[in-house]
Amino acid sequence: MYKIVKKRSLAENVNEYVIEAPKVAKHAKAGQFVILRVDAEGERIPFTICDYDRQAGTITVLVQAVGYSTMKLAELNEGDCVADFVGPLGNATDLDEYNKILLVGGGIGNAVTFPQAKALFEAGKAADAIIGARTKSLIMYEDEFRKNTANTYVVTDDGTYGEKGFVTDKIASLLDEGKKYDVIFAVGPMPMMRAVCNLTKNYGIKTIVSMNSIMVDGTGMCGGCRLTVGGETKYACVDGPEFDGHLIDFDEAISRSKFYREKEQECRLLAMGGQKDGNK
Amino acid sequence: MAINNTPRNKMTEQAPDVRNKNFKEVCLGFDAETAKAEADRCLNCKNAPCRKGCPVGVNIPAFINGIKEGDLDKAAALLKGDNNLPSICGRVCPQEKQCESFCIRQAKLGGSVAIGGLERFVGDYALKQTAKAQKPEPNGKRVAVVGSGPAGLSCAGELARAGFDVTVYEAFHKAGGVLVYGIPEFRLPKDLVQAEIDKVKELGVKIELNTVVGKTIMLCELTEEFDAVFIGTGAGLPAFLKIKGENLNGVYSANEYLTRVNLMKAYDKNSITPVQVGKKVVVVGAGNVAMDASRTALRMGAEEVYLVYRRDRSEMPARAEEIHHAEEEGVIFKLLTNPVEIEGEDSKVVSVKCQNMQLGEPDASGRRRPVPIEGSYIDIPCDQVIIAVGTSPNPLLRKSCDQLETTPKGTIIVNSETGETSIENVYAGGDAVTGAATVILAMGAGKLAAKSIKERLLK
Repeated sequence: MYKIVKKRSLAENVNEYVIEAPKVAKHAKAGQFVILRVDAEGERIPFTICDYDRQAGTITVLVQAVGYSTMKLAELNEGDCVADFVGPLGNATDLDEYNKILLVGGGIGNAVTFPQAKALFEAGKAADAIIGARTKSLIMYEDEFRKNTANTYVVTDDGTYGEKGFVTDKIASLLDEGKKYDVIFAVGPMPMMRAVCNLTKNYGIKTIVSMNSIMVDGTGMCGGCRLTVGGETKYACVDGPEFDGHLIDFDEAISRSKFYREKEQECRLLAMGGQKDGNK
Repeated sequence: MAINNTPRNKMTEQAPDVRNKNFKEVCLGFDAETAKAEADRCLNCKNAPCRKGCPVGVNIPAFINGIKEGDLDKAAALLKGDNNLPSICGRVCPQEKQCESFCIRQAKLGGSVAIGGLERFVGDYALKQTAKAQKPEPNGKRVAVVGSGPAGLSCAGELARAGFDVTVYEAFHKAGGVLVYGIPEFRLPKDLVQAEIDKVKELGVKIELNTVVGKTIMLCELTEEFDAVFIGTGAGLPAFLKIKGENLNGVYSANEYLTRVNLMKAYDKNSITPVQVGKKVVVVGAGNVAMDASRTALRMGAEEVYLVYRRDRSEMPARAEEIHHAEEEGVIFKLLTNPVEIEGEDSKVVSVKCQNMQLGEPDASGRRRPVPIEGSYIDIPCDQVIIAVGTSPNPLLRKSCDQLETTPKGTIIVNSETGETSIENVYAGGDAVTGAATVILAMGAGKLAAKSIKERLLK
């Protein structure tokens, strides 16, 4: 069992969990992920590692309560345990070769870009960051980003906070103002990452994205997370999760990510106290 | 005494049209009386040809003799001396290609002795004995075992019995490897696997779950901490066909499909694990995994399941019993049929386009090579495709350790006499070394490595 040592709410339905997992913390690096099971009957769900503390033996993950399992997790509090926690899986983010970096996070994706902001700041290469969300209540880590970047820009789809618009609008305006970047690291929902890649392709700026594909084991065993990158089949779990966004077949990745949507909806109703009527 | 030609006794089975709708075990085994009658068919040949067919050399006539004498404890002790997991092997070994194929009683004498069935009978008897295994005197040496499948479990059990302090590392949240994620409940009940694992734990073996060696902990850390390491990581990486349309929704690797249904319990209607329930399912391949996948699809509620294979029936690699069971249950075999494209609409599978094949000249493996018939295709409409064309070793561990020598295929290179790898005191065995093979071979390799470890560390 893996104990939740800290839990705090970061945004609407978004909680940050610090979980005791010394073995995972020992080799963890930013950009890698863990697979967690809430209880003995739970699904295996992947989460990106947003922070780790080797001394304390803890891993920090951010969880948005959207499905059955994440809603069950949201019910747990400090001192409670999750049944299973395995990692670190996948490969770490490697932005070493770049100097001028723009980090772009959409919603929960900011949990993935934030540790990069921190690492780059500590390495003396303060990045620029765009924090995007649907609405004000979903903006997270703003102060932390501001402390750890050269410039932080906040945008919301509905204009309730920061500038009104999508992250792509902000990227375009920064580039049109003459800002130069070696690389853009964009993390968020797949349609957002696709939109960013479509835009940056026109500007010829290398764009790295982190793919949150559906998977079971996270070690290359199921092949459920396969996606097409530059015409080749790759596994998000062992070849990624980060890839050159300009090479990804996003249409395919997005349709694959929606495969279980109906079932998830059914489970969500169950979590909210509804009746479940078996596999459909 | 003249040899009688009493026919081989049959084990009770659930009726095909009943069992293809449930996940309970298909074969119910022998009762005591039938087991005794079957044991009596054994001629106790002096040269015991059956033993030559057993990869671990089980003393078959001796344990069968125990059944004849009504001394099941003796039978169990003899059997378990050579085979740690008889309940499992009795169920999943391809006996018709191994021990039973060497039995002197072939068709003319009523068919070979049902050695597998008798092994299962004795193994199940042994599992029901509640006496706890004696924890042996510790010898002060520590061994790490990577992977809790058949190779790892047998190595761990063997070493623990000799007083080693053994820790098994398992990547999944449940121990058992392919025995729990791959082989379905209806062929190998999970309670039975758990009981075998519990027996190994009773010997003092510790099992650390959720630990991916090569990610969570590195091989070099294990070699520092332990006196020896055994790698039994299996062959978990699924092969795909590399044809157009394989990434459409509705296309699964058999690994994913079976893991969702078995390990993640999607067979239970109350499970929260999502899995697509196909109406018309095409399974590609003809090994045990293909049989498991197609029979699982029927049980999940498929109306039609097609098993597509590019060679002909005589080449199907699955156990004869599984092929027979699959056909009985209603799986439709499409032989000499090779999938060339998976067609989709709206990102979902709608059919598999297959080329018809004919048998040509023998290939390197001695099997007649299937050759495409020019211009001859069929389309099989379906909403789900499960690819079961083999697996290969997972590269995670070897990628994390340069010194571990492997073949271009990714299998670990070992000294065939000791099981030792290119790294001193690091041993390997099972599918990780041979590529996808059988449970019994994996067990045998685990046992061999245990023997080498004992010889090296206890001298």
